[in-house]
Amino acid sequence: MELLSHLADGFATSLSPLNLLIVILGVTAGLFIGAMPGLGSVNGVAIVLPMTFIVPPSSAIILLAAIYYGAMYGGAISSILLGIPGASTAVATTFDGRPMAQQGKAGLALIAAATASFVGGTISVVLFTLFAAPLADVALAFGPAEEFALVLLAFTTFVGLGGDDVLKTIIMICLGLALSTVGLDLISGQPRLIFFDEPGFFSGISFLVLAIGIYGIGEVLYTIETSKSAPTVTPAKLTFADLWLGLKEVNKLWKTLTFGSFIGFFVGMLPAAGATPAALMSYGLSKIMSKEPETFGKGNIEGVASPETANNAASTGSLLPMLTLGIPGSPTTALLLGGMVMWGLVPGPMLFIEQPDFVWGLISSLYTANLAAVLVNLALIPLFVWALRMPFTVLCSIVLVLCIVGGYAPSQKIHDVWLIAGFGVAGYLLRKADYPMAPLVLALVLGPLMEKSFRQTLIAEQGNVLAFVERPLSATFIAISLVFFLLPLLKYAKKSSRARGASNEPAK
Amino acid sequence: MTYNFTRGFALALAASAALVTAPVAVAEDWKPQKPVEMVIMAGQGGGADRLARLFQSIIQKENLASMPVLPVNKGGGSGAEALRYLKDKESDNHVIMATLNSYYTTPLRTDIGVDIEEFTPIARMALDTFVLWVNADSDIQTLDDYVAAVKAAGGEWKMGGTGTGQEDSLVTAMLENEFDIKVTYVPFKGGGDVAKNLVGGHIDSSVNNPSEALGFYNAGKVRPIAAFTPERISVFPDTPTMGELGHDLVYWMQRSFVAPKGMDPAAVAYYTEMFEKLNASEEWQTYTTEKALMADFLTGDELQAYFLDERGKHADLLGKMGEGS
Repeated sequence: MELLSHLADGFATSLSPLNLLIVILGVTAGLFIGAMPGLGSVNGVAIVLPMTFIVPPSSAIILLAAIYYGAMYGGAISSILLGIPGASTAVATTFDGRPMAQQGKAGLALIAAATASFVGGTISVVLFTLFAAPLADVALAFGPAEEFALVLLAFTTFVGLGGDDVLKTIIMICLGLALSTVGLDLISGQPRLIFFDEPGFFSGISFLVLAIGIYGIGEVLYTIETSKSAPTVTPAKLTFADLWLGLKEVNKLWKTLTFGSFIGFFVGMLPAAGATPAALMSYGLSKIMSKEPETFGKGNIEGVASPETANNAASTGSLLPMLTLGIPGSPTTALLLGGMVMWGLVPGPMLFIEQPDFVWGLISSLYTANLAAVLVNLALIPLFVWALRMPFTVLCSIVLVLCIVGGYAPSQKIHDVWLIAGFGVAGYLLRKADYPMAPLVLALVLGPLMEKSFRQTLIAEQGNVLAFVERPLSATFIAISLVFFLLPLLKYAKKSSRARGASNEPAK
Repeated sequence: MTYNFTRGFALALAASAALVTAPVAVAEDWKPQKPVEMVIMAGQGGGADRLARLFQSIIQKENLASMPVLPVNKGGGSGAEALRYLKDKESDNHVIMATLNSYYTTPLRTDIGVDIEEFTPIARMALDTFVLWVNADSDIQTLDDYVAAVKAAGGEWKMGGTGTGQEDSLVTAMLENEFDIKVTYVPFKGGGDVAKNLVGGHIDSSVNNPSEALGFYNAGKVRPIAAFTPERISVFPDTPTMGELGHDLVYWMQRSFVAPKGMDPAAVAYYTEMFEKLNASEEWQTYTTEKALMADFLTGDELQAYFLDERGKHADLLGKMGEGS
C-alpha cells in the first residue's frame, strides 16, 4: 500500500539516533514551556523556529512537532497542580483538575491527563494519516453559517448543564459575551467598549487573562479564606504502584477518550476553531453524556481526561487545514506555516503531491513525538506532585507570582496584569455567590467567533436568518444543539419521576 | 497570543549563535548595539506577517545584520497599535517597522495622533499585486462574464475580503465605481480565510493577492479573471490586466520598512544597506518570482515622496467610500 510505504519512509528518518535525541529534548523542553502559565506551544515553537535553519529540514520538523506535543501535554500540569491554566488550551483542565489536586488526587489527575493526551494524540494522528486529503474537503464545506452553528452547539452543552443553576449559567454567559465585544470590531474596525479610554482595551480582553485571574488569583483568595486557621498541606505522594493503579483507572474511561479524540480532531480541523474551543466542547459534551453530571467541576476524573484528549487531538487536527489548504487553524500552526515558507515549501492542496517526503516525515514524527511525550511526562509526574508538598504559604506566593508573570508574558502589557487582579477579586466574589465560572470563560473564548460568523452569514445572505437552517450542515448542528439544550430537562424529568417512584437509587 | 516574552530567550540564543559565527565586517560607522526590533503592523499568520518573517530569516541566514532582528507583532486596530508604538520610539536606532497599506489608511480612518510624514523611510521591498478571482467551477471566464453575473445578481453577489476599510475593500470599491455594479462585501479575518471560503463556495469572488490564492490556483480550484496591474503577472500569463480590457484599475500593496522619527542618519544608512543586500539575495529573488510579487526597491526621499503620494490617493479612495474622517 502506498500509504504504508510513505509512512515507513517517514519513520526511517524520524527514528534515526539523532532525531530520537531531538524528540526527547524537544518534548522535555515543550513540557516545561507548556507548564509555565502564559507560555504555550506558540511560544515553544516561536523560540525554536529560528534554530531550525541550523539542522536539516527533516530534523527541524521533528523538533517542532516534539515541542508542539510537549507543550500540549505540559499545559495540564499547572492547571492541575496550581489551578492556573498552563496554556490557553488547558483552561478546561482546571475545572476538575484543581479540585482533584485539592482532594489529594493530583497524581491521578496528572496520569489521567497524560494518558488522555496520548490517546487523543494517537487517534487523531491515525485519522490524519488515513483521511487527510478527503477531510480537507470537509473543512472547505464550513462557511460562516456552519461555524456559527458549531459554536452554538458548544454553548448549548454549557447552558443545558444539569447540576448548576441555569439562570446563573446564562448570566455568566451573557457577561462573557459582553466582555468578548471589547476592542476593535472585526467587521467595521470601530472601537467598542473602550473603558475609560484606556488604550489597552483596543486589543480586547484575552480569555487567558480572565482565566488566570479567576482561577489563579480567585482560587488563592478563596483558599486563604477557607483555610485561614489551618493551612492545609495537600497530601501528595506517588509511587510506581500508584502509577499503575492510575493507569488502570484511566483505562475505564475509554469511552470519554475516544469521544474526546474525535470531537477534538474535527473541531481542531476547522480553520477558525482550534484546540481551546475543542477542549471546552469536549468537556461540556462529556458532562452532558455523563451519568453523574453534578460531580463535574468537583474533581471528576472524566473532566480532566475529556478536555486533555480533545486538545491534543485538536492540535493534530489543526495541522490539516494548514497543510492541505494553507490556512492555519491555531496561532501555533500559523507559526509553523511561516516556518514552511522559510524552508521553501508551499502549503496548499499540492503539498501532498509535490512534497511527500516532508508531509510523511511530519506525520511520522507526530507518532514518535506523541509516544515520547507520554513517556517523559509519566516519568516526571512524581517530581511534579512532589512540588505540591510545599507549605501553603509558600505555594500561595508562587501561584501569585506565576499569575502575574503569566498574564504579563503574552502581551507584555501591564494593563493585563491589572485586569488579572480585577478579575481575581471579581471571580472570588462571584464564586462566593455560587456563580459558575466555566460558562464565563467559554463565552469569552467563543464569543468573538460566534459574533463574527453570525454577522458574516447575515451580510452574505442579505439579512436572511433562515440561512442557518437552510444549509444542511448548519441545520444538523442546530438540531443537535436543540437536543442538547433539552436533554438535561428530560433527564431531570426522568429523575424526579423515578424519585417519586420509590427509592432514590444511588448514582452508579 | 503573541510571544514577545520569548524575546529574551531568543535573544540569548541568537546572541550565543552570533558568538559562534564570525560577524560579517560591515563598512559602516554605526552598528546596532543590541538586537533590532522588527515591528509588524499585522497579527500572526497573515500575508504581512509571513513576509516579515521571511525577511527576518533571510537576514539571519545570510548574516546581513551584526545583531539579531526580532519580529514583534503589533496588529491591534489595523496597525494603529504599531503606529503609536513607533511614534513613542522617537530617536530609537534599534526599531524598524514592516508596513503595508494600512500605514496610510489607518491614520486616515481613525484619529490616533500619528503623522506618517514624521517617520523615517528605510526601504520599499516589494509591491504586492491584486487579482480578481472566481471559483474554478463557475461559468465566468472573462471580465465581461463577471460584470454580467454581478449585475444579474442584483446586489446579492458576495465579494469576500479582509476587514472593511482595508485593501480588499478599497479594490472592491474601485470595481464597483468602474463598472457601476453593487456587491455585498463580506469581511473575513485574513486573505487565507477568504481564499478558503471562495473555494468552499461560500462567497462568489475575491480580490486576493496572488500569494494567498496560489496554492488553490495550482490545484485548479480558483480562476483568475483579471489583474489589477499595468502588465501581466508572469505566473498568470493568460490573465489579462484591467488596463488591457480598457479599464484603468491598478492597485498595489506596498511592503516596506520605516523607522521612528529622528533616527541617526548613520543608522538609517546601515539599515538601508542591509535591505539592499537582502534585495539582492537569491532567496528573495526566487520568492518574488514564485509568489508573483514585484520586487521594486526604493529608498530615502523617493520612498517618502511615494508614501505621501499614496496617502493622498488613499484619502481620495476612502472619501469616495464614505470612510474618511
